[in-house]
Amino acid sequence: MSGTYLGMPAFPRAARDAVRDTTLRGNLRHATHTIRDKRARAVAELDDWAALREAGKRIKDHTLRHLDRYLVRVEEAVTAAGGTVHWAADAEEANRIVADLVKATGESEVVKVKSMATQETGLNEALEAEGIRAYETDLAELIVQLGKDRPSHILVPAIHRNRGEIRDIFRSEMGEWGRPAPEGLTDTPAELAEAARLHLREKFLRAKVGISGANFMVAETGTLVVVESEGNGRMCLTLPETLISVVGIEKVIPTWRDLEVFLQLLPRSSTAERMNPYTSMWTGTTDGDGPRAFHLVLLDNGRTDTLADEVGRQALRCIRCSACLNVCPVYERAGGHAYGSVYPGPIGAILSPQLRGTGSEIDASLPYASSLCGACYEVCPVAIDIPEVLVHLREKVADQGGAGHRLERAAMRTATWLLDHPAALNAAERLASSTRKLHPKRLPGPGARQWTNSRDLPDLPAEPFRDWWKKNHA
Amino acid sequence: MRVALFATCVNDALYPSTAIATVKVLERLGVEVDFPAAQTCCGQPQYNTGYRRATEPLVLRTARAFEGYDHVVTPSGSCVAMVRDNYPRIGAKAVAEGRGRELAGAAASLVPHVYELTEFLVDVLGVTDVGACFPHTVTYHPSCHGLRMLGLGDRPRRLLEAVRGLELVELPGAEECCGFGGTFAVKNADVSEAMGEDKIRNAMSTGADVLCGADNSCLMHIGGMLRRQDAPQRALHLAEILASTEEEPLR
Repeated sequence: MSGTYLGMPAFPRAARDAVRDTTLRGNLRHATHTIRDKRARAVAELDDWAALREAGKRIKDHTLRHLDRYLVRVEEAVTAAGGTVHWAADAEEANRIVADLVKATGESEVVKVKSMATQETGLNEALEAEGIRAYETDLAELIVQLGKDRPSHILVPAIHRNRGEIRDIFRSEMGEWGRPAPEGLTDTPAELAEAARLHLREKFLRAKVGISGANFMVAETGTLVVVESEGNGRMCLTLPETLISVVGIEKVIPTWRDLEVFLQLLPRSSTAERMNPYTSMWTGTTDGDGPRAFHLVLLDNGRTDTLADEVGRQALRCIRCSACLNVCPVYERAGGHAYGSVYPGPIGAILSPQLRGTGSEIDASLPYASSLCGACYEVCPVAIDIPEVLVHLREKVADQGGAGHRLERAAMRTATWLLDHPAALNAAERLASSTRKLHPKRLPGPGARQWTNSRDLPDLPAEPFRDWWKKNHA
Repeated sequence: MRVALFATCVNDALYPSTAIATVKVLERLGVEVDFPAAQTCCGQPQYNTGYRRATEPLVLRTARAFEGYDHVVTPSGSCVAMVRDNYPRIGAKAVAEGRGRELAGAAASLVPHVYELTEFLVDVLGVTDVGACFPHTVTYHPSCHGLRMLGLGDRPRRLLEAVRGLELVELPGAEECCGFGGTFAVKNADVSEAMGEDKIRNAMSTGADVLCGADNSCLMHIGGMLRRQDAPQRALHLAEILASTEEEPLR
């Protein structure tokens, strides 16, 4: 995946600063609670939500099981419609393909509509290295780009910023990239939106190349689909002469009838809307309408490896709605940046270590970045059992050993031995109880020190339950 | 009806009062309770931390300890969730790895017999008024496993509402995790503490004397924070409230 996040510290350390940043925590809390409450109301409107969710899950599972077949179908349909399909095994190959396509047009500027796949591959940085400037046109992505920041949410990449911060970013940075912010810009939403509109309009009208992602690819006709709220995506898709779409291979669905299911599941789960304001669909090229050239880059980048894992593959059902982020108590406190990936929150905690492997410190720590409370599973519109996958990945991380896990393994084995020998356990309990007056309030040692940092340990009882039972019942 | 108490390791070693309270409530309702001494721990801490193989002896031990009982009752939603959701998974994985046929069989046979205390009282015994008296203001924290994995719903509330003298007050953000999460509390201590702080702030905002829950692992975390901050509120297990009567009031 992207080089942007290389060298990230493990999640607990990355989260520490976020937890102590009261402004950030306030921004996150306000935003996630607002959207989660709205989502709950939007979902409650449908009495067949459970059936829709099950249908979404089944369609995705079926497609993933026959992914090879449906991808070939996509390629045939896109080619027949006048487009060109490119296959990219990893991020580097995808970036190379896109850079070459842009260079072939002779252009050095491109407009982009929010695409997680290109965030994942670090396309903007790769293009920059080739002398090509990429302009993000999704409002939140624009804020992130102008602020030299990273996205911290799937749907609302600038969720960690409040209005005042956005105004300051617009005022100081817009001029560097194009049309400057209007004089005396305030932090009212209407003024901020107008400033972004004017700034972006200039780019839309000038750009000859557009780069997009896609929410879905319909195999039967080779049609790509983007759902969005602002209309900036539609500008990006229709105005340039060349359109390049970079899409993860798991985004394919077999037919238009299947799309019906997801166009209900996605907006309600993500923006809490019955229907998103803009749904754009494009199929190859059409004379006299839209881009003259269309290229589809199909991105693997770890997806077939993920598919090979029987438990973990369900992560590929994800439709990037972000409902799991908005209900996650860990995401709410730690923020998106701590996850070290374009995919933060619960889905990121299971997707990133699968796409990238668990070799790095951050990826090995992500499966543990959850209290397993299950709120993510409950809201997931395609029923990804995120807690199940987290535990499954923890097993992989524990098996591979490394930092801290050798000691932990020994401790777990000792605990199991003790717990498998009731007499020994009883002796240990009695010892603890009989020395209870001697135990200090704050304890040393890795686990106990962390615990007694902010919490009192419970008072040990005078006798364990099994001794009470022996005296009173046996 | 042969009923076994599944006390759990946390209650056995740290909170015997909860296990004793469970026995008292069940006996008051005419249930004959047994405590199979071969039981220890369901293996959840090991399993959830990624040590599935180390869990297997405990799965087998737990399943065998409760063989032959009609019902197995425990005052811990999270241990029931471990048995219901994960024992079949652990058994299936062991079989897929070419061993553990016995483990899978034993694990599967335990599943339909295990009940969380409030499920057993409401669904099996069909009671909500257990004859308890506890004249205090109480707010209820539904632990995640009971709430989402077991779907306990309003069972704990109905039991609390039937307690004489008890005033139940709404806990803001009740369905949010308290931040315990087993080894999560140690591995991600900062986030865990931040979640716990929000939980106790909400709990104290209710003005209740007692924060009640049905899982002592969560209460150890929440209660430990309340005590560290010298809060007037205390954390208490549901079973202990249900065991409290006019003749034998709780503390």
